Amino acid sequence: MIEIKGLTKSFKGQVVLDRLDLKIAAGEVVAIIGKSGGGKSVLLKHLIGLLKPDAGTILINGVDITSVDIHGLRNVRQKFGVVFQGSALFDSLTVFGNVAFPLRERTKLPAEAIRENVLEALEDVGLRGMGNKYPAEISGGMKKRVALARALIAEPSIVLFDEPTTGLDPLILNSIHRLITHTHRKYRFTGIIISHEIPEIFDVADRVAMLYNGAIIQYGTPEEIQKTDNPFVKQFITGSSEGPIETL
Amino acid sequence: MLTFLNTLGEWFLSILNGLGHVFLFLLRSLYTAARPPFKFRIFLRQVRFFGNKSLLVVLMTGAFTGMVLSLQIYYTLRKFGSEALLGPAVALTIIRELGPVLSALMVTGRAGSALTAEIGIMRISEQIDALESMALNPLRYLIAPNIVAAVLVFPLLTAIFDLIGIYSGYLVGVQLLGLSPGTYFSQMDTFVDMQDIRIGLYKSLSFGVIVSWISCYKGYHTGFGAEGVSRATTSAVVTSSVLILVWDYFLGSILL
Repeated sequence: MIEIKGLTKSFKGQVVLDRLDLKIAAGEVVAIIGKSGGGKSVLLKHLIGLLKPDAGTILINGVDITSVDIHGLRNVRQKFGVVFQGSALFDSLTVFGNVAFPLRERTKLPAEAIRENVLEALEDVGLRGMGNKYPAEISGGMKKRVALARALIAEPSIVLFDEPTTGLDPLILNSIHRLITHTHRKYRFTGIIISHEIPEIFDVADRVAMLYNGAIIQYGTPEEIQKTDNPFVKQFITGSSEGPIETL
Repeated sequence: MLTFLNTLGEWFLSILNGLGHVFLFLLRSLYTAARPPFKFRIFLRQVRFFGNKSLLVVLMTGAFTGMVLSLQIYYTLRKFGSEALLGPAVALTIIRELGPVLSALMVTGRAGSALTAEIGIMRISEQIDALESMALNPLRYLIAPNIVAAVLVFPLLTAIFDLIGIYSGYLVGVQLLGLSPGTYFSQMDTFVDMQDIRIGLYKSLSFGVIVSWISCYKGYHTGFGAEGVSRATTSAVVTSSVLILVWDYFLGSILL
């Protein structure tokens, strides 16, 4: 269970998150949608303690990560897997090395068990036989899949996806979405996906939250969001230039 | 007047805050380096990184520094009829001063800048965030092994610089200017003692800490995008170079 209360964050006087509240039940996949530069990635970085809020609390299974020390924070982070926007694969390691990294560094599993786990994870994301490649030698879509395999290898209970499909063609985009759904069924993690892929994301998420002006202005099932009367949400999901949201 | 004092105070506080941040980074890195688990493989890779990247440039600088020194000191000493002191003059200048300083400056330009750029790119491509999100301490993987590797490699590179510099001075003094080979080395044996070598060693050790510390700090706290990395790299080279020269003077004064 993740519970965010009154989360506020400013950068150089500009308010990015403004008393944001959000509650995510365990095992749910929640998509966060909203304008580019609207604070979605900032919200995600708060959830793993990479940013400290100006005010507010973030409870992860009852632990307020805004007030714990670095050791407490690392204990909470063990529960997380993160797929970063740019994949964030380690350049100096192969695909195999990247996926094996969390197990090698955080567990005492023997090398053979790690190898089996990594090969299975690569199989799951459709990258069998790619273990010896370096990140620089594979495509953007493959990098995203390696990042997904790395995020899931330690079987985290919470997985954060920061725009996992941005910049990918529709075929790869759908395959990544299918992978997220497939792995969610397999591992039953709580998922938070930041996405601009509308309407595709409605097939992946159990609930959708719209972030606007630093706060969640609507939170509901994909059906509720698609049938909404809220003019801001309506304009955003239809991509219309007419409406209360200022466009270029 | 009050506004001026206010601005001055703010400026002073921000300088103090910045310095505190830089020193805390070093203390945290050293604390991490002293506690297990040790990342021996990364340490070995960084030893190779510093050594391999800088060896050629240190060899070249050492050779030409020794040759120039020998040439210039010979002409100065000849005015006083003391050419026999060429060997110790070249050796003392190189061992106590130019060896540690010039090799540190060369490593800064060659490996220090590359280190800042590498860590900076890891920062902007979220690789450091990825380490943190895995509940791991980035200092253990990226900073501590570099500082320990630099402390090992800098004295070794300085020793190589000293050796090549003294031998190049010998080639110019003996082969080119006609000094007797025995005089060059026997006088050196008389005038250079262990204290001189120790001073050079202390300097190179401290320069190793300075260069790795500043290079890592600037990369770790790099700004946004390619411009941020480029600015961090320039700043790391300039700051390290200035600190090497300033620290050289202070350490030289203390150890004299």
